[in-house]
Amino acid sequence: MIQAILVFNNHGKPRLVRFYQRFPEEIQQQIVRETFHLVLKRDDNICNFLEGGSLIGGSDYKLIYRHYATLYFVFCVDSSESELGILDLIQVFVETLDKCFENVCELDLIFHMDKCNCWVIDEASRRKKREAQRHQQVHYILQEVVMGGMVLETNMNEIVAQIEAQNRLEKSEGGLSAAPARAVSAVKNINLPEIPRNINIGDLNIKVPNLSQFV
Amino acid sequence: MEAVNLLSSNRYTEKQIGYLFISVLVNSNSELIRLINNAIKNDLASRNPTFMGLALHCIASVGSREMAEAFAGEIPKVLVAGDTMDSVKQSAALCLLRLYRTSSDLVPMGDWTSRVVHLLNDQHLGVVTAATSLITTLAQKNPEEFKTSVSLAVSRLSRIVTSASTDLQDYTYYFVPAPWLSVKLLRLLQCYPPPEDPAVRGRLTECLETILNKAQEPPKSKKVQHSNAKNAVLFEAISLIIHHDSEPNLLVRACNQLGQFLQHRETNLRYLALESMCTLASSEFSHEAVKTHIETVINALKTERDVSVRQRAVDLLYAMCDRSNAPQIVAEMLSYLETADYSIREEIVLKVAILAEKYAVDYTWYVDTILNLIRIAGDYVSEEVWYRVIQIVINRDDVQGYAAKTVFEALQAPACHENLVKVGGYILGEFGNLIAGDPRSSPLIQFNLLHSKFHLCSVPTRALLLSTYIKFVNLFPEVKPTIQDVLRSDSQLRNADVELQQRAVEYLRLSTVASTDILATVLEEMPPFPERESSILAKLKKKKGPSTVTDLEDTKRERSVDVNGGPEPAPASTSAMSTPSPSADLLGLGAAPPAPAGPPPSSGSGGLLVDVFSDSASAVAPLAPGSEDNFARFVCKNNGVLFENQLLQIGLKSEFRQNLGRMFIFYGNKTSTQFLNFTPTLICSDDLQPHLNLQTKPVDPTVEGGAQVQQVVNIECVSDFTEAPVLSIQFRYGGTFQNVSVQLPITLNKFFQPTEMASQDFFQRWKQLSNPQQEVQNIFKAKHPMDTEVTKAKIIGFGSALLEEVDPNPANFVGAGIIHTKTTQIGCLLRLEPNLQAQMYRLTLRTSKEAVSQRLCELLSAQF
Repeated sequence: MIQAILVFNNHGKPRLVRFYQRFPEEIQQQIVRETFHLVLKRDDNICNFLEGGSLIGGSDYKLIYRHYATLYFVFCVDSSESELGILDLIQVFVETLDKCFENVCELDLIFHMDKCNCWVIDEASRRKKREAQRHQQVHYILQEVVMGGMVLETNMNEIVAQIEAQNRLEKSEGGLSAAPARAVSAVKNINLPEIPRNINIGDLNIKVPNLSQFV
Repeated sequence: MEAVNLLSSNRYTEKQIGYLFISVLVNSNSELIRLINNAIKNDLASRNPTFMGLALHCIASVGSREMAEAFAGEIPKVLVAGDTMDSVKQSAALCLLRLYRTSSDLVPMGDWTSRVVHLLNDQHLGVVTAATSLITTLAQKNPEEFKTSVSLAVSRLSRIVTSASTDLQDYTYYFVPAPWLSVKLLRLLQCYPPPEDPAVRGRLTECLETILNKAQEPPKSKKVQHSNAKNAVLFEAISLIIHHDSEPNLLVRACNQLGQFLQHRETNLRYLALESMCTLASSEFSHEAVKTHIETVINALKTERDVSVRQRAVDLLYAMCDRSNAPQIVAEMLSYLETADYSIREEIVLKVAILAEKYAVDYTWYVDTILNLIRIAGDYVSEEVWYRVIQIVINRDDVQGYAAKTVFEALQAPACHENLVKVGGYILGEFGNLIAGDPRSSPLIQFNLLHSKFHLCSVPTRALLLSTYIKFVNLFPEVKPTIQDVLRSDSQLRNADVELQQRAVEYLRLSTVASTDILATVLEEMPPFPERESSILAKLKKKKGPSTVTDLEDTKRERSVDVNGGPEPAPASTSAMSTPSPSADLLGLGAAPPAPAGPPPSSGSGGLLVDVFSDSASAVAPLAPGSEDNFARFVCKNNGVLFENQLLQIGLKSEFRQNLGRMFIFYGNKTSTQFLNFTPTLICSDDLQPHLNLQTKPVDPTVEGGAQVQQVVNIECVSDFTEAPVLSIQFRYGGTFQNVSVQLPITLNKFFQPTEMASQDFFQRWKQLSNPQQEVQNIFKAKHPMDTEVTKAKIIGFGSALLEEVDPNPANFVGAGIIHTKTTQIGCLLRLEPNLQAQMYRLTLRTSKEAVSQRLCELLSAQF
C-alpha cells in the first residue's frame, strides 16, 4: 500500500502532497521536510530506494523516488509493493501528466500554486486561474492512478480517457456558477465547534482551486 | 448541510464539490454522517458509473471505520454484480480492500468471495489487477477461502507471460506485457505453498522459467522503463521461487541471475539483487550458490557509493556467513567498519560480534576479533558485547591464558577505549595469574598498567577496576601493599562517588582483616555464568533479528530500550561478593549465585539458537546455552534456578527416595504480559525411555504476567540410565512464539542411597570389585580451587556417604552408596585423590555395573 505521495521541487517546496494514512497536519509537514532532506542528499546516479524516515514509520516503509529536472516525485510504500513497479508507476504518472498538459517542462509550474492562495478567485488573475485549474487536474489524474493508497490503473490510455470523460462532463454542465457560491456559503454557515481547526486557510488552499473553473 | 445538498445533486460538478467537502469534514460531525452516507448510498445504487466512481473514491479516501460500517456490506455486491462497468469494478475492488485493511472485521465474507476469485478471468486487465490486489490481502488472512485463486492466477500469469508483447495492447508497457498485473499475480502466489496439482505446478514452473529466460533475451528497447518493468516481474518471480523453495533448479538459476545483477551498472538492480539474495541465502538449495558471489559482495561493500546499497551488502554477507567463510567475512566487515557510515556502525559491530561467536572454532580468534572490534569502533560496542566476551572467556578455560595475554598487550597502547579497559580489567582480575609468570607481565606491571588508565575512566569502569585490584590482592600477595596504598588514598576512600567510596572502604577492610583463606574463598575465580550468559545472547538475538528480515528499525528501538533497562553489569556480582560471608560462600561455591542474587534477565536464549538452527526445522528448541553448566550444578543439589531469561524463570525443587523421586517445576512469568499456549513438554529420548518413567499433568496454558505456575513430575528410575530428559517449553509472548529447551537435571546419582561402612569393609568391597570393567578412572585438572570442605560438600551432595578415616591418606576422599533402580540395586564405591601441586584430581569409581561406573564418573568429574 502507498502511504503517501509527495512531490516537491529542488528547494523542498511541496507541490503535491497526498497522504493515504491519517497524520496530523503538523506531522505531515514534518514528513515532507524529513523526506526532502533524505532525498536531497543523495546523488543522482545512486539507487532510487531508501528506507523511510522515522516519522513515516522507519524501515518498514520504503521511499521510492524519481528526480525529474526540478521535481522530486517520492512515493512512500510498505513492503507489499514491488519497488520497480512503483518506480514505473511514477513514470506512468508523469507521462500521463505530460499527455494531459502537452508540455511537461511546465511541471514545476503546474504545481506552482502557492501564489494563488485566495479563497475567492481573483477574476483579474487569469494566469493564476489557469494554474489552479491545472493543479486540480493533477489531483484528478492522481486519483485515477492511485485510489486510497492502492494502485487503481496503470494503463495510460485508460487514465487519459477517464480524465477526458470528466472534462467533457464538466463542459456539458458548464455555466454553473452557483455551485462554488453555494459551497462557499456552506462552509461559512457551518458552525461546528471542531471544524475551525480543520478549515484554516492553509488547508483550503489545496482544495480551493477546484472552484476556479466554474467562475 | 449545503454540502449534503450538493452531494445529492444530479450534476457531476456539484456532486464533485460535495464529495470534496466530505473528505474534509466527514470525521468531524456525526449528525451529518447519516445524511452523507445516505447520499453515498444513493450514488452507489445509481448505476451511473461516474457517480459510483465518485462515491467509491470518497469511501476509499476517507477509509474510516464509520465508512466501513456503512458500506462494507454494499461494496461486494457492486463488485460482483454482472452489469457493473469495468472502471467501477476496479474502484470497488480497491475500495473494499481499503475497508478491509482498516477494519477487516466489518467486511463480511460470503458467497461473493468465490465470484471475486473469478474476476481473475475478467476480460479487462485493469479489473484483474485490482481484483488481484484485493484477493492477495484477503488470502493472507483467509487462505482456505481463496485457495481456488491459485490455479486461476497461474493460468492468467501464463497467458500474460507467453503472449506476444502486442497482444495486450494498452497494458503493454514499454514492450513488457502487463508488468503490474504480473507482479500482483506473483505476489498472490506467494501467499500459498507450491500448488499441489501437478498440472498447475508444471504450468507455473514453465512461467517462471519463461520469465527467467526472458531476462537473458536482448532488450526490446533501450529505454530504462523497459528494463525496469521487465525486472520488476523478474524480481517478483525470484521472490516466488525463493518462497516456494522447492525447485533447486530454479533456485540456482535465480541465484545466477541475481549474481549478474550484482554487477549491473544500474544501482537499483544491485540494491534489489542484494536484498533478494539475502533471502535466497537462507534456502538450503541455494546457500552454496549464493556463497560463490562472496567476492562480488565484498567488493560492493568496498566500492559502492550508495550507503543503502552498502547496507544491503552487509546484510547479505551476514546471511551468507557460515563456518567455512566466517573468518573471511568477519575480517572484511572489520576492515569495512573503519570507514563505515556512522549510521550503520553499531549494527555492523553487533553482526561481527554475533558471527564471531557463532562460528568460532578457535576461541583465540574470537577474542582477537572482539578486541579488534573494541579497538576499531569502541564507541559502538554496546555493553552486551563486552559482557559476552568476558563470559565466554570465563566459561572456556582453554582461552583464558590467551585472553589475558592479549588484553594485556592491547592495554599497552597509549590510548585505548574504555570498553577495552573494562574487558582488560575484568580478565586480568580473573586470569592475570596465568600470565604473571612472564617477567614482562609480572603482577606489579599488570597493576600499574591498569592503574595508569584508572583516572581517565568513568565511574563504572573505575568501580570495576577496584574489584580487579582486590582480586589482585588475592592472586598476587606481593602487590597487596601497593594496592592497599591505592585503596587507602583519599581519592578512593573519600571519593565523592558513593559506589567507589564504598568499594574502596570495603575492599581495603577486606584485604586487611580477612585471612588468606577467606580472601581466597571470597575472591575466588568467578564461576561460569550460566544465567548471565543467556541474557547477553538474548540481546544479541534481538539485534540479530534484523539481518534475517529487513526490519532493522524496530529492533534498534528495542535495543535502545534494553540498554537502558539492561541488566546489572557484571562487576556488580563482584561487589556482591565483596561482603564477606563465608557461610554463603560455601553454598555458592559450586554455583553462580542463585536467582535471587539477581542474575540479569535474559530472553529467548533458546530462541537465538532456534534462529541459528532454524534450517533443521526441529520442533524442539536446541538446548538453551548455559543449560549444561546449570545442569552440572544440579548434579549435587536438588533445588535452585534451572533456567532464566528475560521472560521466563524456571525453578526446581526435587526430592528422591530410593528409586522414586518427585520434582516440582516452577515456571515464573517475569513479564507483565500473559504467556499464551504455555505448554511445557517432557521429552525422553528413545534410549532413555525404557529406563526412566516420568509422569506429569499439563499446566494451565495461560500464565499471567508476574505469576508462577507449578508442575509436578513424578519420577521412577527403572534401570540405570545415562541421558537426561529434556524439558521443552513453548509459549506465545506478545505475538511471538517462544521456544525454550533445557535439560532436566534428573541424573543417575539422584537415586543414590548413602551407605556408611568402616575402613575394613570398604577395602574388602573395593577389592571385590576389581574386575577391570567395573572400575572407571578419570584424571583431570581442577576447574575450581581445591578446597577440602567444598569437596566434601559436593560428594555428599552427589548422594553417596562420605567415609571419614577410611583412606590411609587423609587428603583423599572416599564415598559409598547404593543406586536404587526398580530392577536392581547397584553398589558404588568412589575415591577421589587430589593433587594440590599439580592441581589435578584422580577419581576412581567401582560399581558392579560398567555403565554405572562410567556415568557416575562423568557426572562427578565435572564437579571439581
